[in-house]
Amino acid sequence: MEWLIASVISVMTGCGVYLTLRARTFPVVLGLTLLAYAVNVFLFSMGRLQIGIPAVIDPAAAAYTDPLPQALVLTAIVIAFGMTAFLIVLALKARSELGNDHVDGLHRSDDELKATKHNSTKTETERSQS
Amino acid sequence: MSLLSFNLPLAALLPFAAAPLAAWSTRYNRLASAWVAGLTTLLTLAILFPSMQAVFAGETLIQQWSWLPAIGFNIAFRLDGLALLFALLILLIGLLVIFYARYYLSAKDSMGRFYAYMLMFMGSMLGIVLSENLLQLVVFWELTSITSFLLISYWQHRQDARQGARMALAITGAGGLALLGGVLLLGHIVGSYELTQVLASGDLIRGHDLYLPTLLLILLGVFTKSAQFPFHFWLPHAMAAPTPVSAYLHSATMVKAGIFLLARFFPALSGTPEWSWLVGTAGMLTLLIGAYVALFKHDLKGLLAYSTLSHLGLITLLFGFGSQMALVAAIFHIINHATFKGSLFMVAGIIDHESGSRDMRKLNGLFKMMPHTAMLAMIAAAAMAGVPLLNGFLSKEMFFEQAISASDTTLAAWTIPALVTLAAIFSVAYSLRFIHDVFFNGEPIDLPKTPHEPPRFMKIPVDILVVLCLIVGVAPMLLIGPILSVAVAASLQAPAPEFSLAIWHGFNLPLMMSFIALVLGVAVYTVRHRLFAWHDRCLHGIEGKAVFDWLQWKTIRFAKKVTDYFDQTTLQPSVSWVIGGALVLSILTFFQFNSPLFGDRALMEADVITILMALTLIVASLLTVVLHHQRLTSLISIGVVGLVVALGFVKFSAPDLALTQLSVEVVTIVLLLLALFFLPQHTPQERSYIRLSRDGIISISAAVAVFLLTMAVLSREYTSIANFFIENAKPGGGGTNVVNVILVDFRGFDTLGEIVVLALAGLGVFAMLEGLKLAAPAKDVEGLEWSHDPHPPIMQTLTRLLFPLMLMVAVYIFLRGHNLPGGGFIAGLIASVALISQYLANGIDWTNERLRTDMHRVMWLGLLIATGTGVVSMLLSYPFLTSAFTYLNWPVVGKFEVASAIAFDLGVFLVVVGATVMILVELGKLSHAAHFINVEDIK
Repeated sequence: MEWLIASVISVMTGCGVYLTLRARTFPVVLGLTLLAYAVNVFLFSMGRLQIGIPAVIDPAAAAYTDPLPQALVLTAIVIAFGMTAFLIVLALKARSELGNDHVDGLHRSDDELKATKHNSTKTETERSQS
Repeated sequence: MSLLSFNLPLAALLPFAAAPLAAWSTRYNRLASAWVAGLTTLLTLAILFPSMQAVFAGETLIQQWSWLPAIGFNIAFRLDGLALLFALLILLIGLLVIFYARYYLSAKDSMGRFYAYMLMFMGSMLGIVLSENLLQLVVFWELTSITSFLLISYWQHRQDARQGARMALAITGAGGLALLGGVLLLGHIVGSYELTQVLASGDLIRGHDLYLPTLLLILLGVFTKSAQFPFHFWLPHAMAAPTPVSAYLHSATMVKAGIFLLARFFPALSGTPEWSWLVGTAGMLTLLIGAYVALFKHDLKGLLAYSTLSHLGLITLLFGFGSQMALVAAIFHIINHATFKGSLFMVAGIIDHESGSRDMRKLNGLFKMMPHTAMLAMIAAAAMAGVPLLNGFLSKEMFFEQAISASDTTLAAWTIPALVTLAAIFSVAYSLRFIHDVFFNGEPIDLPKTPHEPPRFMKIPVDILVVLCLIVGVAPMLLIGPILSVAVAASLQAPAPEFSLAIWHGFNLPLMMSFIALVLGVAVYTVRHRLFAWHDRCLHGIEGKAVFDWLQWKTIRFAKKVTDYFDQTTLQPSVSWVIGGALVLSILTFFQFNSPLFGDRALMEADVITILMALTLIVASLLTVVLHHQRLTSLISIGVVGLVVALGFVKFSAPDLALTQLSVEVVTIVLLLLALFFLPQHTPQERSYIRLSRDGIISISAAVAVFLLTMAVLSREYTSIANFFIENAKPGGGGTNVVNVILVDFRGFDTLGEIVVLALAGLGVFAMLEGLKLAAPAKDVEGLEWSHDPHPPIMQTLTRLLFPLMLMVAVYIFLRGHNLPGGGFIAGLIASVALISQYLANGIDWTNERLRTDMHRVMWLGLLIATGTGVVSMLLSYPFLTSAFTYLNWPVVGKFEVASAIAFDLGVFLVVVGATVMILVELGKLSHAAHFINVEDIK
């Protein structure tokens, strides 16, 4: 089971990092959201994996899970939402002020220019502008 | 509590408290700030006064309060003879300077600002001399650097003032860092930062392996502050300050802070060859360089600046001799130098003020125009030169005597006396120049103003200081004897040696040296023109400033290069540096441990459903990446990821997390959908394969590193502090749901911080969307028109029916939260979902009509309630956010527990609802407006 969770966390981290490094704001927001998931699950797993054990005081319970990581992750989830909201609105604001959604505020970055040269297919940005 | 138990910190902090008052009072009356500053100084003196008797009786007063005992940082103040001597110098000379500055500053200068800086500086200096705790001393030390920066750059419009201030700050600030290092080492050696302990452990310190680094670091602090060679060059440039500042900082106080530290640490650090060589050499070089260069300065204040350097060098050299009598001479000279140099600076200020120039090539024959000032200057300069019957003579004689007795023990028996006599010759020569060149020597040459005597009151501070020079010179034991004796005893931490300050010691070697110095000094002055020519030809332009500027330029260029290398003003490389750096650092730490990567904890068997779920999650994550060019699709697949994570929380015994994740997921996806409406629906393909493969490598290594880290942790046993929470949740917090009790009780302060962050995020979103107008795209991804029927009736009816039910669930989840999975966060999110679904199904106008609450208010109310519960417990004199609980018997419900924590949780609930709904509704309004624009367009 531990292998499985570790793989899940690692795939979410890898995908999150890759998307965070992209040039447009929306994938960056998605990437950070994925990273937030990964971090939350990672923190949660620091209490070790427990199946079917309560975190609620119960005289019948033989053992309890570690409630501390759970409490930390609970607030982390809500804060991550706050961050995502802030970021996506920042992206909207940038789009409105700069007229594009590139992270550097460029209308055409160099490598995307090449893309239009090599590819005759029009991108969505062009379509919406035309 | 009597005043005597806290008068020392009060004395150090009062000037800081009065500084804003001085700045503010000047709005109403220009001179009010001078009055505030003067009265504050008098009041501080009065506060210290009751303690003086005990100090003169030889006591050391210590007042301390424990603050951070774990690192030895206490708030501790100390008053002994040495501290008292310096405190009196700081306050009395400060008083005279405040008086003087009131006449010196012109109508254009802001008096409030000047006196506010002045008071802050005075407080910092008092803090240094009154500190018992060394860390606290360093804090005040840094404060003097900052406040002196402000004072030197007081005339902000002048470039030389700004440059001089920057240089002083750079050098004394760097010295302050070194001092901090030295003090930390000292604390490490002694095991305490209290001066009492440190001073008593002299042998331990001198015998320790870390003695040399400690000494070097502390001396770096001392030498930079007291402008000792090779850090001396900042002092002449600090002369760009107004003259009262120079009189105060650069004669009596700030530059003496380093000297004070030498006296302070004398019992702890002195008495080794390292001490003698380092302190002695720096002192000797500064003494010679200062005395020599002073003669060649044509600027009055420049001459005084270099002369100050030379006298500071003299005092340092005396400390370097290391004998008890040398210490007596050093402390005696500190007092004398403060009096005669303070008055000379003030005279220089008067001349500048009344004639408009400080250039000695133009200033000549002023005696006729300002005879009173000239008399004062002559007496003070004579004291500086060491003429008999003045205080400077006495300490200079003692200095010569020490130089002779120190030379007995070294090889080159005559070097030291010869060198100090040489310095004394130049000292006589420049003192003579100060008098002869300015007040006699022909007529003034095109001065901007016609010189005349200054206002009567401007001369009073100079009068007082000059009279002191005379009294001390004629009857030294009368005024100086008692305070000098206790100061020396405090500095030595032992009874002061027998000393007598007499004018006449008979014909001896020191008197001979004084005589030689006087005669040869006059001789040097008479041939000065030839010397000036030679100096200009050979040594012109050799200055520490050039080295400093070069170093500064190089450093800035290097820093810029490094910055440019990392920061190419584009986000992607910067982010990869951050992530890559974090990655490299964390991988490196793997190698620090020799134990095997994985531990031997028994791992759990995986069941089929979990494997399937995990596979779903992995596939969904990968799809998010692969399909990220089609934004809507990637949004759906990230939603899947979030849902599976929620299921995972269910599986692994975390119902609270599952509930939270589930409701957050709904809100997040709605939010991103709303936002996506305004963004391009596709992401253009990036074609830089180098970048793509670099990012791929970073991502894969991050994934691998995280995998290894997680496995390394999960395969090991651990001890948790969870037991404390589990045992105390019920008896201490009154709830059985430990997670919730931790949130609202044990770690309530954290939670308070988190809801504040959430509220701020909500406000930030609100602020950014304020006035934002975005046009909605005319068509969707497929190129189809948007539907003109935004509110489907079936959904409308259903959500209206569901609304009370959803709120009911929220209330239920909220109330049971303390004992069963639930609580403010989850209930808040559920209530938000309920509200948002109304907005989605029925439209913003419809919902706003019925829901007449501003979400700002909900948020503030929540914060108020949450903070309020904490404040109430404080009012009942419990620590912040202590919770209490009791049991009530309600009809129907039965026995019900009421905890104050539920009020806190209510605050959490309200903030979550307020922030979440506000964020989404603000975004919704945007699309509402955009739709409206589009519909208008179509019509």
